[in-house]
Amino acid sequence: MSDSKSRPDRNWVAKHIAGLPRSGIRDFFELVNSRDGVISLGIGEPDFVTPWGIREATIYALDKGHTSYTSNLGLLSLRRECCRYVGREFGVDYDPVGECIITVGVSEGLDLIMRAILDPGDEVIYHEPSYVSYAPSVAMTHAIPVAVTTEAENGFAVRAEDVEKRITPRTKALLLNYPNNPTGGNLSHAQKAALARLAVERDLLVITDEIYSELTYGERTQSIAAFPGMRERTVFLHGFSKAFAMTGYRIGYACGPRPLIEAMMKVHQYSMLCACGFAQEAALEALRNGARDREAMRGEYEQRRNVIVRRLNGMGLSCNLPEGAFYVFPRIAATGLSAQEFAMGLLEHKNVAVVPGTAFGAAGEGHVRCAYAASMADIETAMSRMREFIDEL
Amino acid sequence: MTNEDLKKAVIGLLQKNARIGESEIADRLRSDPETVARLIREMEGDGTIIGYHALVNDELAGNGEVRALIEVQVLPERDGGFDRVARAIGRFREVCSVYLVSGQYDLRVEVTGETLQQVALFVASRLAPIDGVQATATHFMLKKYKESGFSVEKDEDYERLKVSP
Ligand SMILES: Cc1ncc(COP(=O)(O)O)c(C=O)c1O
Repeated sequence: MSDSKSRPDRNWVAKHIAGLPRSGIRDFFELVNSRDGVISLGIGEPDFVTPWGIREATIYALDKGHTSYTSNLGLLSLRRECCRYVGREFGVDYDPVGECIITVGVSEGLDLIMRAILDPGDEVIYHEPSYVSYAPSVAMTHAIPVAVTTEAENGFAVRAEDVEKRITPRTKALLLNYPNNPTGGNLSHAQKAALARLAVERDLLVITDEIYSELTYGERTQSIAAFPGMRERTVFLHGFSKAFAMTGYRIGYACGPRPLIEAMMKVHQYSMLCACGFAQEAALEALRNGARDREAMRGEYEQRRNVIVRRLNGMGLSCNLPEGAFYVFPRIAATGLSAQEFAMGLLEHKNVAVVPGTAFGAAGEGHVRCAYAASMADIETAMSRMREFIDEL
Repeated sequence: MTNEDLKKAVIGLLQKNARIGESEIADRLRSDPETVARLIREMEGDGTIIGYHALVNDELAGNGEVRALIEVQVLPERDGGFDRVARAIGRFREVCSVYLVSGQYDLRVEVTGETLQQVALFVASRLAPIDGVQATATHFMLKKYKESGFSVEKDEDYERLKVSP
């Protein structure tokens, strides 16, 4: 049988996927990996190993043979504990039956909510510099990500008036991430209130990625979901990766109004089925007995933050004291180098890895991201090498 | 941070690493080295900080010293309870720690010596005869796994990302 239609050069990749940019971090990652002895402040995950109590609970779950699927929504015991935790820590009450779903990290939660709410051509406003997945997770649903720039002068808080300017009849949602990756910025109560008012007025859904919320070093304000009129228009995303040093467990959760959780559940059921069961049991242990470990890690991050900010300012890179997460985002423009040139030069000459701000969107130009989820010894070495690098420019 | 909070934080850091140095402490706590040095001097002076020592892997250090935990039963005294006996025991150079504990016995005493015989002899001839000591039980330490929050053996390294989003 002859196949006259065969085309050896055929491009099988969907246009909207081909159109996604390669993550800037991936290029940089390959370069770093090709070198030996790199001191890395480029890692967006805790340097701590998961606390033993949590690891032990994982082993115990395996020991008991808990290796089956769980309910699509996740273990009810875990959903109960998550809702109790969110009620206590964030001031919003959710029903574990119907208003909460356990996801494969916040990553899946993001994907679920985007697929659940977006029709082709819909718009989602997010603030930049931002976590690398935001724009692609919107674009993957044939919707349009719309970036609002945030600035160092304002602690990288997104202004309600800037958001308002970008609202169109197609705008469906506002995606927030505070404490923020990559800037470490946070929102004050008043800033959240202004955004909440705007969302209510302009009928926007708010998706709030609060994965760094426990890692807050100043006053911790309530979630935007707790503001008047917001509970019914907010999807709250959270997870265990950062605060409990459980990145590899891949457990997160989403809380929100029933119809949205139901819609997310449909996507999850057909694409993921459920999150890993024994990892869910570990997450349960984290919520029940992990507070002291969590606080110990938070305290250590806070002190490392203090050190790294002093060092950066000491070498003439201006950098404000970030209020959350484990990142600082110093301005390096005064060196005359672009973010990419700075990061490449530092890697090449001093074997220190920091991530160019542009990996987090064009708004990150003039900055680099340094993660202080690294040992103090590594932070000190990286800082003195960075100082040498700048002095030798 | 109040002075009291700062002192607590300084103690916390010194307990994890006594060699950390005043300037790192100051940087971590957003204070200044002079203030930190003054607080440490104060705490050394008033007995809040009683000393510093290194935690050592005896095997690697080539430290052949013998250690034993001694459980000591003591007849408490009308005035002072266990204090007189505990202090008397603590004065010996061979004794490196003394704790009053709840349970089957009263004092948990750690003794060092060059050989098993030396430690056993010390217990029999110096510790047991102290007035008020009723009985002792000696446990020689065979291997140290963890001390003061530090594991003797390090976890194995494994492949972790060097850059991640
Ligand atoms: C802002 C933000 N959201 C989500 C994630 C992904 O988290 P998870 O491990 O829960 O999928 C990260 C991880 O770096 C992040 O920084």
